[in-house]
Amino acid sequence: MRNTFVNALCDLAEQDERVWLLCGDLGYSVLERFSSRFPRRYINVGVAEQNMVGVAAGLALSGKVVFIYSIANFPVMRCLEQLRNDVCYHNLSVKTVAVGAGLPYGTHGYTHHGIEDIAVMRTLPNMTVVAPGDPVETRLATAALLAHEGPGYLRLGKGGEPTIHQSAPDFQLGQALTLREGDDVAIIATGAILAEAVKAADLLAAQGIRAGVLSMPTIQPLDTAAVLRVAERSPLVVTVEEHRPVGGLGSAVAETLACAPGPHARLLTCGVTISPSVVGSGAYLRERNGLDAAHLAQRIAQALVGAPSAQPVR
Amino acid sequence: MASVSKATQKKAGAETTTQRSTREFARDVRARALQMVHRASASHIGSSLSMTDLLAVLYGGGILRVDPARPDWPERDRFILSKGHAAAAGYATLAEAGFFPIEWLDTYCQDGSKLPGHLTRGVPGVELSTGSLGHGLPVGAGMALAARADGSPARVFVLLSDGELDEGSNWEAILFAAHHGLENLVAIVDYNKIQSFGSVAEVMRLDPLAEKWRAFGWACREIDGHDHAAIAEALSVVPHEPGKPTAIVAHTIKGKGVSFMEDQLAWHYKSPNDEQLAQALAELEQEKPQ
Ligand SMILES: [Mg+2]
Repeated sequence: MRNTFVNALCDLAEQDERVWLLCGDLGYSVLERFSSRFPRRYINVGVAEQNMVGVAAGLALSGKVVFIYSIANFPVMRCLEQLRNDVCYHNLSVKTVAVGAGLPYGTHGYTHHGIEDIAVMRTLPNMTVVAPGDPVETRLATAALLAHEGPGYLRLGKGGEPTIHQSAPDFQLGQALTLREGDDVAIIATGAILAEAVKAADLLAAQGIRAGVLSMPTIQPLDTAAVLRVAERSPLVVTVEEHRPVGGLGSAVAETLACAPGPHARLLTCGVTISPSVVGSGAYLRERNGLDAAHLAQRIAQALVGAPSAQPVR
Repeated sequence: MASVSKATQKKAGAETTTQRSTREFARDVRARALQMVHRASASHIGSSLSMTDLLAVLYGGGILRVDPARPDWPERDRFILSKGHAAAAGYATLAEAGFFPIEWLDTYCQDGSKLPGHLTRGVPGVELSTGSLGHGLPVGAGMALAARADGSPARVFVLLSDGELDEGSNWEAILFAAHHGLENLVAIVDYNKIQSFGSVAEVMRLDPLAEKWRAFGWACREIDGHDHAAIAEALSVVPHEPGKPTAIVAHTIKGKGVSFMEDQLAWHYKSPNDEQLAQALAELEQEKPQ
């Protein structure tokens, strides 16, 4: 995803002189293709995220569209007040890009796990929060965020994510993308975990369970119409995210359902729930959180028969 | 108070006549700020009074290349009041400089007002909403960078408090501005030696402050922040050294201009009552050339 992003940004910067890229001394072997082509619109600000956001805001107040790049929590939490006051309060076109959000930096440990970032970012005024599900969505989301005036957050995996969309979908900020039709259960996934959700749907199909799959690349503003549509047709809605369910997609969907007139589907939220002290690779941590395809399929099948054990594996 | 409104009338009708001296400008801003915090029972008057002479020279002395008729003029100089809590003098300065009607000042901190207690963008002449400390210098550095990239003659002036320099974000920006040689950036420290809880020396020592700026790669000069000639001299030609950003450590007195407020921590919080306001305005009046 990070390579797709940088390639997309290079193409966009070729057309649009306003595009700048700042990084917080991270992105080695990734950002060079931008910095070598657009050296006057690229700055490594050093290990200083607060200043990175402030400088980006100053550039944006002078007419630039500024992408700021770092990994996991660093461009979100270390500089949260700068995002809130300097960027969101002023409604500036500064786009925060976090690479390796979720669990891909697994063995680096909890300091490098971006699993509360959606919760934080979606509370900020004017902020558009986007977590693409595959490289195709990443490319489209990068262009859409550039075209959108105002703050944005692009939450990316790391690298090597499989391509889900065989052709370019009609990508619009704030709109869900339907990947599979099926009314026995509606799976809504955001971010790079989308691949596991699609595989889980395949596993469920083999058991005769027809699972619909929605990719929800935009979490703020949420496509509430799509959520309500599938919640009307299916008895169970399942959210899947590489993030804590608290404040993330799970909460966003729960807020939507709770405010809608009933009756509507039950909700199963699947996200990161285990202790921050568990050590392991991204794949291992996905499994431990019940977020790999096999566990997801199992949890969904159990939830459909009303089994109480539908909560995360520990 | 009557004499202050007379000063307003004089000013309003005086656009075609002689320009006020920066001393008069400062006295008017001080009087306005006192009336504003009095009416609103607002705090931070000491912070407003300590920096008023700096603002008077910047705006009233022709240092800033700004045009109240065109607040969005792309090549204008930018001024950021990073110590946004000193909003009373900030707004009063912009009004006195002609960015918006003087009457707006009466609404300071009132329900439904355009003028909240910390300086806020959207008010003509305000470049950045501030209030949380340590935000102005990084944003100013970004503006200076943009101006240089665009070949614009715009300069960026950022006014900081001393207590604000406790924030690490400033030192990130100080490193950055020097590294990138932002010679169109000027940081002015309103060094009144008092912060929220007591003296800077007690809470978090900054000295030797000028040496710190120099060690970080800035050209730094110390001045008396109430001496208008010294302020004008320090700010009229920047950068002081080619290739370096400029820092001015302005030694000031918190509450300057009102005897019972000078150098008193309490006036970071208190608002003058009727009697205190009258006394303060009378003291300012005495300053007037006879
Ligand atoms: Mg102070």
